Amino acid sequence: MSVLVFIDHSEGQIKKTSLEALSYGAALGKQMAVPAEGVLLGNVQENLSSLGKYGIQKIHQLNHESLNQLDAEQFIRIIASIAETNGSSVIILSHTNTGRAIAPGLSVRLKAGLVTGATELPDTKNGFNVKKNVFSGKAFCTVSIKTPIKIISLNPNVFPVVSGTGTAEIVQENITLKTSAVSIKSTSKASGEIPLTEAEIVVSGGRGMKGPENWGPIEELAKLLHAATACSRPVADAGWRPHHEHVGQTGIAIAPNLYIAVGISGAIQHLAGVNRSKVIVVINKDPEAPFFKSADYGIVGDAFEILPRLIQGVKKLKGLV
Amino acid sequence: MHTMKILVCISKTPDTTAKIAFTDNNRKFVTDGVQWILNPYDEWYALVRAIEIKEKDPSAVLHLVMVGGPDCDAVIRKALALGGDEAIRINAEPVDSFQVASQIASIAKPGAYDLILTGKETIDYNGASVGGMVAAILEFPFVSLAAKLELAGDMVTLVREIEGGEETVEVKLPLVVGCQKGMAEQRIPNMKGIMGARSKPLKVVEPIAAESQTEILSFELPAAKKGVRLIPADSAEELIKLLHDEAKVI
Repeated sequence: MSVLVFIDHSEGQIKKTSLEALSYGAALGKQMAVPAEGVLLGNVQENLSSLGKYGIQKIHQLNHESLNQLDAEQFIRIIASIAETNGSSVIILSHTNTGRAIAPGLSVRLKAGLVTGATELPDTKNGFNVKKNVFSGKAFCTVSIKTPIKIISLNPNVFPVVSGTGTAEIVQENITLKTSAVSIKSTSKASGEIPLTEAEIVVSGGRGMKGPENWGPIEELAKLLHAATACSRPVADAGWRPHHEHVGQTGIAIAPNLYIAVGISGAIQHLAGVNRSKVIVVINKDPEAPFFKSADYGIVGDAFEILPRLIQGVKKLKGLV
Repeated sequence: MHTMKILVCISKTPDTTAKIAFTDNNRKFVTDGVQWILNPYDEWYALVRAIEIKEKDPSAVLHLVMVGGPDCDAVIRKALALGGDEAIRINAEPVDSFQVASQIASIAKPGAYDLILTGKETIDYNGASVGGMVAAILEFPFVSLAAKLELAGDMVTLVREIEGGEETVEVKLPLVVGCQKGMAEQRIPNMKGIMGARSKPLKVVEPIAAESQTEILSFELPAAKKGVRLIPADSAEELIKLLHDEAKVI
């Protein structure tokens, strides 16, 4: 019996979502009184044994260059094999693009019930019950997993990274790789940009920004706050901003610590994608904008006058002026 | 030449503006007054892309499949109004992703379809699992979060979203694809489509024995917000102080 956490990485760095998953896995291991282990495919710059500080006893590594890219077929086969060999009873992934590619296949392969997008540690006192988001962030439900092996994918930004002291034992795995049906032709990554789903702060613009040429202050505020930028659906549909910035029910659902919405009225479909944010700030010239009902802080007024004041305020806070 | 056979897996969901409420001790979703729609990811991306493929190659066969009871038929007809040759409804109440995927896989055994498309997730249960599970059951490759799909013979080129970027991949049919924004543009069915949909076959097949692995115990709504604290526009800088000192988020 053990908890096995899948550790994802990109450009040689372990993803923040995986540190959250490791902390979650370690806490679950403690709760169930079983060891927590990790599995990392490919290689990273970091000394893996130091991941012990997140409460992980052992890391299984299959160190092969080709595994630094997403190869769902291969990942599923390898993780399943390590889980079976080590008798893992719970497997934890992050509910990210990588997690979405492998969790369903892993579930079929291990005959393990899957809950995606978990928001809390499972209740293991009476069965194995996991809370997750449903209705695109408008509600939660608690799901009972009935199979002996369980798989959970954890929503980003819902569980804190908890680190202490400790070192993990590294086990080099020797599993033969097979050729996959899906072959990667090219990869393009926006380096330096903070992925929207992982961002702790998001600054978002809507139609009230009036045109793509006016995004300068949003980008500047985002940069000062180390935030990601986002937009509403009409903005993405009009081509003012790229589609991957669209947050909402049919775009990306996010749960940052702080969401700043500028010139977004707050249609129910938009709220569905952002209402898991811990603090919501709404800036809108219309005092009747429905978004104010879901906001923690609000400013009624002209975004083009307010944004420079916010930028000035952040600069002061950071000692830049 | 081999006839291209496409299956689009569709699901019904409450309309995006539907009020979300629960009853029976928070165990049931209140369906009274709820408008049911085709899950937007299944419709706008998977189905429309499949229709585009068939428009380019009219010999292609396009089937739709939904797992659900007779209450799904109206939504299935709406899907057929957009396009597709026929629909199959597997007559079982959906319980979880694995049970639904098992039912779909039972009508999509190897040889039945070349390309299986579905949306990246449904907007109600947000499982994002059925496509990947169908692929795993059938031992077909699976490409998730696909934003582009081009066909050349039995070779498929796709653009998929990965952590922090995108990737172009190639894979041979048969294949299962989870579709998202970028794949196609939303269409509005025309009168000819709506009329034609009435005479398209909607086959009802009985389910296979397939167990669910998970069960929903209860629902809950998020805690209500305390109410907004308004800051005057001319002292907007004050907001930054509050976010730092009071909310402690910056």
